[in-house]
Amino acid sequence: MAAITTQEADSPASARRRRFGPSRKQAAGGPRPANKSLRIRLRRDKSLLLMTVPALLLLLAFNYLPMAGIVIVFEHYDIYQGLIHSQFAGLQNFTELFQSSAFWQAFENTLVISFVQLILYFPIPIMLALLVNTVLSPKIRSFIQAVVYLPHFFSYVLVITLFQEFLGGAGALNVFLNRHGISSWNIMTDPGTFKYLVTAQAVWKEAGWGLIVFLAALAAIDQSLYEAAAVDGAGRWRRMRHITLPGLRGIVVLMLVLRLGNALSVGFEQMLIQRQAVGAQSADVLDTFAYIYGIGGGFGQQASFGADYSFGAAAGLFKAVLSLVLVLGANKLAHAFGEDGLYRK
Amino acid sequence: MSTVTGTVPARRPASAPRRRAKGRPIWEEVPTWYGQFGKGTVLTVVLALVLVPVYAVILTSFSSKASVTAAGGLVLIPHGLSLQNYQLIFSGGTVTQALWVSFIVTVAGTAISMVVSVLCAYGLSRPRSFAQRPLLMTLIITMFFNGGIIPTFLVVNDFKLYGSLWAMILPNAVSVFNILIIRSFFTNTAAELIEAARLDGASEWKVLWSVVIPTSRPVLAVMTMFYAVGYWGTFFNALLYEPDNSKWPLAMVIYEYTYEGNVMPGMGTTGIGGLSNASQFGIQMAVVSLSLVPIVVFTPFVQKHFAKGMLTGAIKG
Repeated sequence: MAAITTQEADSPASARRRRFGPSRKQAAGGPRPANKSLRIRLRRDKSLLLMTVPALLLLLAFNYLPMAGIVIVFEHYDIYQGLIHSQFAGLQNFTELFQSSAFWQAFENTLVISFVQLILYFPIPIMLALLVNTVLSPKIRSFIQAVVYLPHFFSYVLVITLFQEFLGGAGALNVFLNRHGISSWNIMTDPGTFKYLVTAQAVWKEAGWGLIVFLAALAAIDQSLYEAAAVDGAGRWRRMRHITLPGLRGIVVLMLVLRLGNALSVGFEQMLIQRQAVGAQSADVLDTFAYIYGIGGGFGQQASFGADYSFGAAAGLFKAVLSLVLVLGANKLAHAFGEDGLYRK
Repeated sequence: MSTVTGTVPARRPASAPRRRAKGRPIWEEVPTWYGQFGKGTVLTVVLALVLVPVYAVILTSFSSKASVTAAGGLVLIPHGLSLQNYQLIFSGGTVTQALWVSFIVTVAGTAISMVVSVLCAYGLSRPRSFAQRPLLMTLIITMFFNGGIIPTFLVVNDFKLYGSLWAMILPNAVSVFNILIIRSFFTNTAAELIEAARLDGASEWKVLWSVVIPTSRPVLAVMTMFYAVGYWGTFFNALLYEPDNSKWPLAMVIYEYTYEGNVMPGMGTTGIGGLSNASQFGIQMAVVSLSLVPIVVFTPFVQKHFAKGMLTGAIKG
């Protein structure tokens, strides 16, 4: 989502002045066009507004209607009774949710996996970018980029299947181990190391793609600074310490903010696909919890919750609200560091 | 490891005289051999981590049953290539069907997404247009908050999309993120051209079609690819909304028959033949390859635009 929104948060008038200079009317000393009556502006922009209609309709149908549909968390929603006639439940779904040990397990898993990813995943694109940036030949550079970007475009089903073929019970690693008389280790079904497995999958899929922003930030650093520093006798490490790293500060803070804001989203499809292999105990996270207990028929533990839409929606709402708080909080933090974050102060 | 230095791994002995690499500024020290060697090793390992799995899967899919058996799984060194696996899965049945579904969903979905996104992006890109800020907020709110899986599922059901191919297209047809990127491209480019076209009396539709779209090809190429890749890999919406396996996309088939290892209908060990000369594993790898190959083939063409497409949105705002 990055800093696109900064532009919107900026004062619109000043942003436009910067981009387009004073309008023709203003230059001629006439009244600002904004003062034109609404009707005239509406007629003038009729076709522009018409263009936004399809997108707005789709958003209305698949984003805003579901938001309104959240009221089912206060009901015992029954698909045959519908929204209006379902029985009112008050906060019962939430009390049930907070009493469910499976829910707290999912919450804990979410936080643990998120933390592991922050520590083990986050630095990798930065280090890789520093490394790739030292490659001088444009041909080799763009080859490296083409290769490391590739896994980003594979779906998680594909990524996990590839991992399975290499690290799974019948995968290449274990075939190799067995041939050399070492007992096999099925990483793909080991609940204890699952958090590292999903992190490894995320790194394999996304770390290369993460390079893009850091490479761009590196390219934006004023190259004459390096020359000046070198002339003053700064070696390569000191140049990195005093020029490169400060130059990356802004983008690193932005990426951290994004990561923190998304801390509760830890690879929905990843968890869902591998849930049966490693068990709910370590694979259930907030996202999948809402799905499995709301729609998924509650296979695994606590099957009594099966297809309880309201219960699942309550878990979903809990996550959505907490995520919103995290995004806003992370931005506050970025502002405290004197950075823009997702939007400006 | 300073930021502008370094050639690509040159593994020569330390004593050999080193030429200053082309492109290295004059003030920069020539890198040490062990630094170069270390960098080369790390980069080679990184490349291998991506390329070896892709290579092994594709090679295995083209291998005969004998060589798959000999390798005990993935084939790394080619011996005994054959097209048996592909002949088998293209002879109709689950995979052929899934390929069609994936293809239709990808083409139709990408077309719909692009038309809707480009129109919306342009509609919101002209300075001072009517109600622009409230409309933008309407878009942006959906990036910060959503109803969650269950209400979305119920809404899709209410629209009677359950079990229809549209359920894999419409719920995620609009990416606000992509719209904002396209929009920022539109606002930043061609302002003078647009003004000129408008003075010539061109309507907004005409301006969009003959001025804005032709000047924004790079970002549109990138966005088309983003959407297409998303639809090509569509999995969760299929899991949610497609109970009938004749409407499963490739990703579902991979999940069911390769990852989970269930036996594909009509290709079981006791089912209709082919398996005497093609292994189940080879077939599975052929399915995975079918999903991989379009991505491996198409992304490099758009690659040079990635940074442009991503960064106009992400960094410059």
